[in-house]
Amino acid sequence: MDRMKGRVALITGAARGIGAATARRFVEEGALVLLTDLLDAEGEALARSLGANARYLHHDVTRAEDWARATETVTTAFGGLNVLVNNAGILAAQTPIEQTEESDFRRVMDVNVVSVFLGMKAAAPAMKASGPGAIINLSSVAGIIGTANTAAYTASKFAVRGLTKSLAMELAEFGIRVNSVHPGYVDTKMIADMIPAEHAEAFRSSASPLGRLARPIEIANMVLFLASEESSYATGSEFIVDGGFTCH
Amino acid sequence: MGKLDNKVAIVTGGSRGLGEATVRLFAREGAKVLLTDVLDVEGEALAAALGANVRFMHHDVSKEAEWQSVVAAAESAFGLVSVLVNNAGIAQSGPMETLSESEYSRVIAINQTGVFLGMKSVLASMRRTGGGSIINVSSIYGLRGSPQTIAYTASKFAVAGMTKAAAMELAPDRIRVNSIHPGFFATPMALGNQAVVDTVLPLVPAGRLGDPDEIAQMALLLASDDMKYATGAEFVVDGGFTTY
Repeated sequence: MDRMKGRVALITGAARGIGAATARRFVEEGALVLLTDLLDAEGEALARSLGANARYLHHDVTRAEDWARATETVTTAFGGLNVLVNNAGILAAQTPIEQTEESDFRRVMDVNVVSVFLGMKAAAPAMKASGPGAIINLSSVAGIIGTANTAAYTASKFAVRGLTKSLAMELAEFGIRVNSVHPGYVDTKMIADMIPAEHAEAFRSSASPLGRLARPIEIANMVLFLASEESSYATGSEFIVDGGFTCH
Repeated sequence: MGKLDNKVAIVTGGSRGLGEATVRLFAREGAKVLLTDVLDVEGEALAAALGANVRFMHHDVSKEAEWQSVVAAAESAFGLVSVLVNNAGIAQSGPMETLSESEYSRVIAINQTGVFLGMKSVLASMRRTGGGSIINVSSIYGLRGSPQTIAYTASKFAVAGMTKAAAMELAPDRIRVNSIHPGFFATPMALGNQAVVDTVLPLVPAGRLGDPDEIAQMALLLASDDMKYATGAEFVVDGGFTTY
């Protein structure tokens, strides 16, 4: 129960879903965690339930000034920054390209990609000063393969994968490892909102060769491994946890 | 409480290097381990040092009959098998025009056919267990091309491909199959070729060779119940070597 003992982490989109499961696992393993999100009521409640080693901060990941406040808050509260988990993201409406508004495409790129750039830029100075560290960027199976009617989401998740590799090369000399995690369909509100209720059961059983959705903790366990020293030689790589979705 | 309590694992090539580190970590995490190898002296000594939950058996992974004996031995000593680490492998280097067909075939027999036979042989045991995790040790040579390693590269790409085919075939049985792709590690295989070490070390973004325990940790994660949704995927641990 001390795989992250004394490590300081910042997790975006931590109020629910994969982010919440990750925050919970990190705290269980001894980390000090700043959870950030736009969903203040859920984020504050979760941080409170996790005890003194967790705090919550309102954070719009598309705004550089919010990132400055988040890194300032985490270093002040916990004395440094070792781990950044860029988890916040949105799923665009699934529409053919003719019906995809330019403004929607730009919005997805802003929330899913520019946020990751701003996050790594804001966190780099504090992380370099804190010694060896890890950045984990949540991409998706949509960052590995193509699917129809998801131009913006797919472009954004491939971009996260590329950003990860560039920063892995740039930050290696500082002992900061940068990897991407690629979940398949996870049992979260983001996915539930995407599927009409009458199709939910069929969707679940066909979501992967394993015949089910992932549980958020199954993705959180991958993020935990990459954040901990257990993965001390892994950087610049893609970690797929998708029940076999992309292997065929 | 260990991450592999009550699990029975077979680790091939377990006498030294990445296999030895994996055997040590699995045993520390509560697994019962049958380690196999053709290096009997090292294997026997390791098993003796690790106590009653670790046993050694001589094993040429390219021989199907030996695989049947190994699985039977694991079952009778420890019970139904739930983890298989296909780690045994041999290196090959040199220009292709000097590589004989028999040398080529030997690399394929051990590195590739050995993995097929391992998956095939352990299947019935894992089905009766109600699921399992097969971890095939490929390589960064299973992802990229490099000169003077044609047989090794062929065998390691094959391991990555067989992993995906087996993952699809065995998903209904809840048997997960994944490949690990180590970069350059401080093992007898890598250190046996100083010229390669001297050439590649400056090219590793992490600035060092990997420690075998860093592969053992990856294998542990995939073997454990923490990763029950991962199958058919490639897990690269290479200090950034294939990032660029």
